[in-house]
Amino acid sequence: MALIEIDNLSVTFTAQGRQVRAVQNVSLNVNAQESFGLVGESGSGKSTILRAICGLAPISGGSIRINGKAIATPRGKAFSRQVQMVFQDPYASLHPRHTIDRTLSEPLAIHGLPGTDQRITKALTDVGLPTNFRFRYPHQLSGGQRQRVAIARALMLEPEILLLDEPTSALDASVQAETLNLLSRLRAERGLTFLMVSHDLAVIDHMCDRILVMQHGRAVEELSRDALAHAEMKTDYARSLFAASADRMLEG
Amino acid sequence: MTLLSVKNLRVTFDTEAGLVEAVRGVSFSLGRERLGIVGESGSGKTMTGRSVLRLIRPPGKITADQMEFDGIDLMRASEKQMRALRGPRIAMVMQDPKYSLNPVMKVGAQLMEGLRQRDRVSKAEARSKAIAALEAVQIRDPERVLEAYPHELSGGMGQRVMIAMMLIPNPDLLIADEPTSALDVTVQAEVLSILDNLVKTRGMGLIFISHDLRLVARFCDRVLVMYKGRVVEELAAKDLLHAKHPYTQGLLNCLPRIGGSRDPLPSLDRNAAWAN
Repeated sequence: MALIEIDNLSVTFTAQGRQVRAVQNVSLNVNAQESFGLVGESGSGKSTILRAICGLAPISGGSIRINGKAIATPRGKAFSRQVQMVFQDPYASLHPRHTIDRTLSEPLAIHGLPGTDQRITKALTDVGLPTNFRFRYPHQLSGGQRQRVAIARALMLEPEILLLDEPTSALDASVQAETLNLLSRLRAERGLTFLMVSHDLAVIDHMCDRILVMQHGRAVEELSRDALAHAEMKTDYARSLFAASADRMLEG
Repeated sequence: MTLLSVKNLRVTFDTEAGLVEAVRGVSFSLGRERLGIVGESGSGKTMTGRSVLRLIRPPGKITADQMEFDGIDLMRASEKQMRALRGPRIAMVMQDPKYSLNPVMKVGAQLMEGLRQRDRVSKAEARSKAIAALEAVQIRDPERVLEAYPHELSGGMGQRVMIAMMLIPNPDLLIADEPTSALDVTVQAEVLSILDNLVKTRGMGLIFISHDLRLVARFCDRVLVMYKGRVVEELAAKDLLHAKHPYTQGLLNCLPRIGGSRDPLPSLDRNAAWAN
């Protein structure tokens, strides 16, 4: 049985009397300890799926089950112990007027977990930040360091599942490599399950075992990593996305 | 023919914490070609681009042994002369359309403002020129875009509007500062081919600033690699795969590839000695 099962999920936003169907009948399954990638251009609904899982987008049809159980609405404390999300923009996702210490200790306080002090020190060390960053503010950190804090925050409650919404697209190429390595290491150490969104096929290929290509809110094609490496895609859209990925052109 | 030549450019900021040198002795020259400047954040690539237009605010200070654009000494030019250069002769496309377009002004008004104020053309002519500019960047429904506010456009559209705006006065040199970093891969390819086309057909010089070495290599003729305010390597784009400097190699290898190995990506070796 898959850890995350999404069946015929639809998300519809109503804006000024107009309906926008952001996600239409998308199904996918993610096994435990697997890393699954969603790829597509902006507006294809890939981030909306992650937001729907977290309860940040209205589900208009279909179902989401985690560990075989339909997820509760509103998402409760048990959900946040199990699933956490890392957002795209580390400049926007950390509270600018909270110290790193406060950002990291908040989930512990909400869930009444003991040992705040050691947990924060450990969380910072785990993501490769010096412990004296604890009392800094986000503006005193670089983009890559902030994204490390965001990852540390997501891991405070020791969740099984990490939803990653373009975790490196706001970062430089070199810092991206460091962040991807960090995520791979944490996944191996803790047996995490990743559901990762990116518009960069090379990043998804590096991180994920299976990939779902999306366009205009619909699932276009599901690919295994091997199929992607050998360019064995069946649909034209997946092929054009593949062709647009920068590194292919340099070698070709 | 040399369009722009820069010798020993330095940009320093006199801050409370002491003198910070953002650019330290950069020299390059540019004809009507595509030059890429690559480096990580903080390597001084944006500051180099901005210095050419003298767009660095105090406490920042620009010094150079020579900075000449088409026979004009940019270091000695008066503020008035610089204003006449910015836009009509040297244009700059900024990184993020969200912050660089006026959010409370319709796109059409922003495109036409320069034409009306600077070139004193009639309203009707300004409009037709604005439409032509939008068509040149392959916007299919220019009439609708003219009447839209920036927030109503997607990132790719906004970026194209900025490029269109910069190209209206037909500049000789375009400085593009990470023009595609905020865009999707597919849109990125489109915007790049638009820029490429414009450089070819109009015979412009282009300085393309980016942190993505592979992208730059694919798109430019020549590449400067910057590290901590210095140029560590200059090479023809086609020789990039044979780059000698370890920093350049590091920048190339840290990007994941489709079908590449799953091992940890090589992290960038930052040797402080390279900066000296």
